[in-house]
Amino acid sequence: MNDFADRALNQAQVAGASYADVRVIAQRSEVISVRNGKVEAFARSSSEGFGVRVIAGGAWGFAASNQLTTAEADRVAALAVAIARASALAKKADVRLSPLPPTHAKYATPIQKNPLDEVSVESKLGLLLRCDEAMRGVKGLTVAESSLEAAVEDKLFASTEGSRIEQRIVTCGGGIEATAVTADDVQTRSYPNSFGRQAWTAGWEFVERLALAENAERVASEAVELLSAKQCPSTTTTLILDGPQLALQVHESCGHPIELDRVFGMEAAYAGTSFLTTDKLGHFRYGSELVNIFADATAPAGLGTFGYDDEGVPAQRTPIIRDGEFVGYMSSRETAPLIGQSSSGTMRADGWNRIPLIRMTNVNLEPGTWTLDNLIGDTEDGIMMAINKSWSIDDKRLNFQFGTELAWEVKGGKKGALLKNATYTGMTPEFWGGCDAICDRSHWQLWGTTNCGKGQPGQTMYVGHGVAPARFRNVRVGIV
Amino acid sequence: MLGERHIRTILEGALAACKEADQAEVLVTTSDEGLTRFANNIIHQNVAERNSSLHVRVVMGKRIGVARVNSLEARAVRDAAETACTIARFSEENADFVSLPSAERAPAIPEAFSEATAASTPDQRAKAVQTIIRRAEDERLIAAGVFSTSCEEVAVANSLGVFAYQPSTSAEATLVVMGETSSGYGDRAATNVAGIDAEALATEGCDRATRSAQPRDLEPGEYEVMLEPYAVAEMLDYLSYVGFGAVGLQEGRGFMAERAGQKVVAETVSIYDDGLDRRCFPMPFDFEGVPRQRVELIEQGVAKGVVYDSYTAARGSAQNTGHALPAPNPGGPMPGHLHLAPGDSSLKELVGAIDRGLWVSRFHYVNVVQPLETIITGMTRDGVWLVEAGEVKHPVKNLRFSQSVLEALATTKGIGRELKLQRGWFGGSLVPALHLGRFTFTGKTEF
Repeated sequence: MNDFADRALNQAQVAGASYADVRVIAQRSEVISVRNGKVEAFARSSSEGFGVRVIAGGAWGFAASNQLTTAEADRVAALAVAIARASALAKKADVRLSPLPPTHAKYATPIQKNPLDEVSVESKLGLLLRCDEAMRGVKGLTVAESSLEAAVEDKLFASTEGSRIEQRIVTCGGGIEATAVTADDVQTRSYPNSFGRQAWTAGWEFVERLALAENAERVASEAVELLSAKQCPSTTTTLILDGPQLALQVHESCGHPIELDRVFGMEAAYAGTSFLTTDKLGHFRYGSELVNIFADATAPAGLGTFGYDDEGVPAQRTPIIRDGEFVGYMSSRETAPLIGQSSSGTMRADGWNRIPLIRMTNVNLEPGTWTLDNLIGDTEDGIMMAINKSWSIDDKRLNFQFGTELAWEVKGGKKGALLKNATYTGMTPEFWGGCDAICDRSHWQLWGTTNCGKGQPGQTMYVGHGVAPARFRNVRVGIV
Repeated sequence: MLGERHIRTILEGALAACKEADQAEVLVTTSDEGLTRFANNIIHQNVAERNSSLHVRVVMGKRIGVARVNSLEARAVRDAAETACTIARFSEENADFVSLPSAERAPAIPEAFSEATAASTPDQRAKAVQTIIRRAEDERLIAAGVFSTSCEEVAVANSLGVFAYQPSTSAEATLVVMGETSSGYGDRAATNVAGIDAEALATEGCDRATRSAQPRDLEPGEYEVMLEPYAVAEMLDYLSYVGFGAVGLQEGRGFMAERAGQKVVAETVSIYDDGLDRRCFPMPFDFEGVPRQRVELIEQGVAKGVVYDSYTAARGSAQNTGHALPAPNPGGPMPGHLHLAPGDSSLKELVGAIDRGLWVSRFHYVNVVQPLETIITGMTRDGVWLVEAGEVKHPVKNLRFSQSVLEALATTKGIGRELKLQRGWFGGSLVPALHLGRFTFTGKTEF
C-alpha cells in the first residue's frame, strides 16, 4: 500500500498540488439483529478505497475511488487537482495549514478478542437469542429487539510532508430494546443505551461485560410498567440526568458548538453555526464552576479514541470548559491558525470516500464528588430522567429539547413514582449554569454515540462522551 | 457508468456463485458523484467520488445471510457470495420468511437519466456557485451551500427470474444566505443539471435573508401558520417515518394500526407515494426488483394504507407495493416518493387568509417525540414572519414547536397550487405550501 500511496501523492504533485495527502482504507463490519425470536439481519460488509486530498492554486480538492489500481490512482490524483483549481475560482485567500513535523507511526486499538475473527457465529447469535427470549418472557411485551455491531478499520495515511501512519481501529458494541404496545400507547426501554447499542473502541470482551442477557427481563418489565406510569408533569423543577442522557446533552450543547469549522461558518448551510464565537474564547461563562469539559482522543476505549487524526496530527486531550469558563475549541490544521493556535487533532473522516472534518473525539465532563444516592438524597423536589428518546437543538446550539425513555419523581430525597413521556428544554449557558452537583468517578463512564451526523456529503461519526450523573436547577420539563 | 449489459453479466456471475443456496438475490449499485460546497462566499470543500456496491442475499430454507462489498471484481463477488452462504448456514431460521419475489417486469424510465448531468464538471459547478456568491456579495450578504451532481445505476436480479436495471442522475443546489441578524434559504433539485437556475436560487435566498432582517421576539403559543413547501416536506417525511411503513402497522407502533379507515386529517388533504411520477426522481422498482406501485396513504383525509416489501407483505397477507430497502432492513419498507396533492391557492392567497399567525420558511433539527401520536419537535429557521389580517407585519426570532403532525393537518385551511420538488435519499417528494389553523410553539431562541 505504501507504493500505491506514493504513486497517488506523486501524481498529485506532478499535476500541481502544493500539498497532498492520501488515505487508503479497508473496513470490515458485521451487524446482527434479532427481533421477536427471528434473525432479521445478519450481514457482513467490506469497503475498500482511497481518497486524495490536495491543495492546488491555494484551494482544496478531493477525489476518491473504490478501485485500488495505479491507473485509478493517477486519475483520482489528477481529478483532485482539477477540482482544487475549480475551487480556486471562488477563493479569497490561499489555504494555510499549521505546521506539522513528518510522522512515521503505527497505532492499534488495544483489544483482547477480535470481534469479527475470533468469536463464533453461534456465540453471537446465542447471546442475542437469550436476550430475546428473556424479554419476550415478560407478559405484555410486544417487540423484543437485540443487536450487535462490530467493525475493523485499517488505514494508511501518507502526505507529501513525509508522514506515514498506519492505524487499526476496532469498534464493538451491542444493545437490547423492549417495546410494549397498547391501542393508545407505545413505550420503549433500551439497555445499555438507546438507538441500538453502547459501543467502544474495544474487542469482544467489551460486549461480554455489557451483561445484555442479565438485564433483558428487567428492561422488558420496565417497558410494560411504563404503559401505566404517570405522565411527566409540565413544570420548572430540579432535574437529575443519568449518564446516557447527560452524554447526549454534552454532545449537542457542548460538543458541536466547539467545532471550530462550525464556528467559522463552514457548516452554515447544513446543521448551522455556533453561539461560541471566537470573541468568547477565554471570556465566556459557559456553566457553573463545577463544569469542566475536555476533548480527549486519548481516553482508553472511548469511541472517539485513536492514535492520529486524519490529517496525521497526534491524538490530544484539550481543555474546553475549565471551572465553567469557555477555554478551548476542537480544531484542524486549517482552522487553528486562524485563532493563533495549532491543530488540536480532531479531523476525522467516516471512510475513504469522505474528506476529514472537525469531529468530536471523546468530549468528557469531568466527575464531581457526589454519589448518586447522596445526590438523590439531597434533592427535596425534582425529576430524574434516564436514557435518551428524542433530541433537537437550534442551529446555533442554544435552544434544546430532549425526551427520555423513563423518569422518576424525586420527593424528599427519595426516588418515587415512575413517569413516562418525559421531556425537558432549555438554553445552553443557562442550563449548564444551573449544574450544582456532579457524581464522582465511581459513577463516571464513557458512552458511545454511533450516529453523529455532519457535513455534505453526509458523514456519520463514532464519538464518545464520559460523564457521571449530574443535577441541574430550574429546568423546564414536560413540554408538549 | 457500466451499462446494463455489463451489470447483467456481474449479476449473473454472482447468482451462479450462490449455487448452494435455495434462493439468491444480488443488488448492484454504481455511482459517480461530485459536490461543491461553499461558505463565507468561497468554495471551501469540493469533492468527487466513484464507488459501487454489491449486496448478496441468500436463502437456505428459512435461514438468510447477507454480504456486501464495494468491489465488482470477480474475486470480490465470489467472496461475497461465499460469505452470505456461510452466514445463512450458521444462522437461525426466520419462520416469517416465505420467499424472495418472483419475476415482474418494471418499465424502464428514460426520463430518470440526463446526459448533461452525467457529463457535468467541477468547473461547471464552480461557475454556478460563483453566480450565487456574486449575487450575495452584491447585497452584502454571506452565502453558504452546496451544488452537487450524481450519476447512478441500480440493478437487481434474483434466482426466481427478477432482473431490473435503471440508470439515473440528479443535480441539487441548496443555499443559506446570511445577513447580520437574519438568514434565508432556497434549494433546487432536478434530473437535468440544466434545470438548476443558480440566479433564481440566489434571488430566493437573498430575498429571504433581506426580508427577515431585524427579527423581533414573539412569545410562544398556538398560531395559525403558512408553511412553505420546505417545511411541509420535512413534516411529511417524519409522518411517513412514524406511520407509512408496514412494520409500524404490524407491530402496532404506528397510527395506522388503530386508525386505518378513519378520518385522521382534513378532507382536503391527500397523501400518496408514486415512484413512477416523472417529475419526482422516478424509480420504477424497489431494491428487490419489484415494480413500485402508487400507494394511497391518506385519501381525502382518511387513513388508507401503508407500503410493503416482500417480507412484510407475506407476513401480513398483503399485496407487495414495491417499497423494499436494501437487505437486511429490520425497519421494513418506507415510501420514497411522497406527494401531497395540490390545492388551488397561490402563496399570496394562503398568507392573505391568515388572521394572526406565522409564515414559516423551513424547519431545523426535527425529531420524533411520541411516534404513535405523530408528535414532533424542531425549530424554525431561515425566515419567520408575523402575519396579521393577511398582511406580513415583521420578521420574528426563531421558535421551537412541539406538534402532532396529524392534528396540525386536521386544521388545514388552505393548500397551495404550486408543487415543490425536494430531493430525498433515493427519490424525492412533491409538496405544496399549507395554511394550517393551529400549530403549537413551545419555546424560543435568541436569533
